[in-house]
Amino acid sequence: MLCEQCKELEARVHLTQIVENAVTHVHLCERCAAERGIETGAPEPKHPLGDFLQAVQQQAAQLPGDAARCAYCGTSLREFRASGKLGCAHCYAAFEQSLRELLRRVHGSVRHQGWQYEVRDPEVMTRTQRLDALRDKLQKAVAEEAFELAASLRDEIRGLE
Amino acid sequence: MTLDLSLIPDGGLHWLAASGEHAGIVLSSRIRLARNLAGFAFPPRAREGERLRVLHQLRSAAGRVPSLRDAACIRVDECTPQERQLLHERHLVSRELAGLEHGPGALGVAAGAVLLTGEAGVMVNEEDHIRLQVFRSGFDIAGALRESERLDRELGAEVPYAWHREFGYLTACPTNTGTGMRASVLIHLPGLVLTQEIAKVLQGLQHMGLTYRGLYGEGSDVLGNLFQISNQTTLGRSEDELADQLVRVVRRVIEREEEARRVLLRDAGYIIEDKLWRAFGTLRHARTLPADEAMNLLSGVRLAAGLNLLPGLSVYTLNKLLIFSQTAHLAHAEGRVLTEGEANLARAKYVRTVLANEAKLPG
Repeated sequence: MLCEQCKELEARVHLTQIVENAVTHVHLCERCAAERGIETGAPEPKHPLGDFLQAVQQQAAQLPGDAARCAYCGTSLREFRASGKLGCAHCYAAFEQSLRELLRRVHGSVRHQGWQYEVRDPEVMTRTQRLDALRDKLQKAVAEEAFELAASLRDEIRGLE
Repeated sequence: MTLDLSLIPDGGLHWLAASGEHAGIVLSSRIRLARNLAGFAFPPRAREGERLRVLHQLRSAAGRVPSLRDAACIRVDECTPQERQLLHERHLVSRELAGLEHGPGALGVAAGAVLLTGEAGVMVNEEDHIRLQVFRSGFDIAGALRESERLDRELGAEVPYAWHREFGYLTACPTNTGTGMRASVLIHLPGLVLTQEIAKVLQGLQHMGLTYRGLYGEGSDVLGNLFQISNQTTLGRSEDELADQLVRVVRRVIEREEEARRVLLRDAGYIIEDKLWRAFGTLRHARTLPADEAMNLLSGVRLAAGLNLLPGLSVYTLNKLLIFSQTAHLAHAEGRVLTEGEANLARAKYVRTVLANEAKLPG
């Protein structure tokens, strides 16, 4: 099934919403879901084996060469070669093999030796992201004069803060 | 939107002060870090909604970072083309973020913004979500690096960066992957140009892992003998190593420039002196001044000040002339859009006035 919003990528987030007693189903790709502030709760694997498996899966699922696409943003290897710009962080896993060669050619190395980024405690991070999403919703609720919803969102934000 | 420059601390121009080391030759030092937020497509691929969410997230994160809390936030996409040009002339916004690559009338990049404090700036939704820049006056790469490291650490604690355990910081263009760092100096090398040694020096840079560009970065022409020298690669060596290498090589370049100036004075003293006084005379009296001509004459006058021929002219005045004699700045001062001819008249008048007031001529 294709994403309802962009109609380009496979829908991977399936939501059931109840709005004014009517049930609606929404099917979105991960990117459009993220754009709407919906957390998928399925972060990308952070450990080496996970990255490796992901890369294998992506490579196995696609034809080798230019037609390969990043499953997250839809950028193809051909587009990357034409523009020199990657579409998103996931492209690094999707095109890992070609990128390794390229990085080695450009920089003479593929191993970062500089400052180490301490990937934040996922709990804290998701809280920050959740807060941002809630504040968005609150703004919208106020603009639409949905005061009951706004009040409950405000309480939720206070709880998180 | 009307751009209120008074909201920008120091107008974003504290580096004009010429306070740092070797300020007569090195105008400014800069560290730029490229970062992206995890969970969003990179700006060239992102849709407008995604860019807006990135901007929103960064603004709210900046509010929690002490050194960014009071930063002025300018929505570049809401500025007029003249205002965007002005921000670009001040080096606060890149050509790409200002939307100037597609001609002067083009729109700014959607949801493009810049957060500005006294000496740091955060460009949002340029080629990467975050382009953090720290400027220092004169030759002070180490100071700019310390400050940018602190800002990066503080901001990175508030937003999740796109990071890979092996490749480091992930960027839209693989030429920035790893540290995402570009350390650069804006350096004035008229001595090496006049002695025709410059080609050798520039070639040498490439063997040392460095590269050069014109005054306004990538793709810009070399004008007024001003070069931007920066590290070429970003992966495989630490920020400190990359910065140290730049500092070592730039020190050598400064020595060679000083040597070239001594040779010029020794072997062609009166010819050089005459050339520089003519440049000063033209700037002091001309009634119309095209931009390129002004840049080249200002380079001559800067050299004259460096050789102590014009001891009454401060490097600060020269730096100010360099920025404020540009077209968008002149238009801003006049309060209207200027045609090229009008800008040439306004430029000549501005330069004349500043030199009349601030250049004390020797007896």
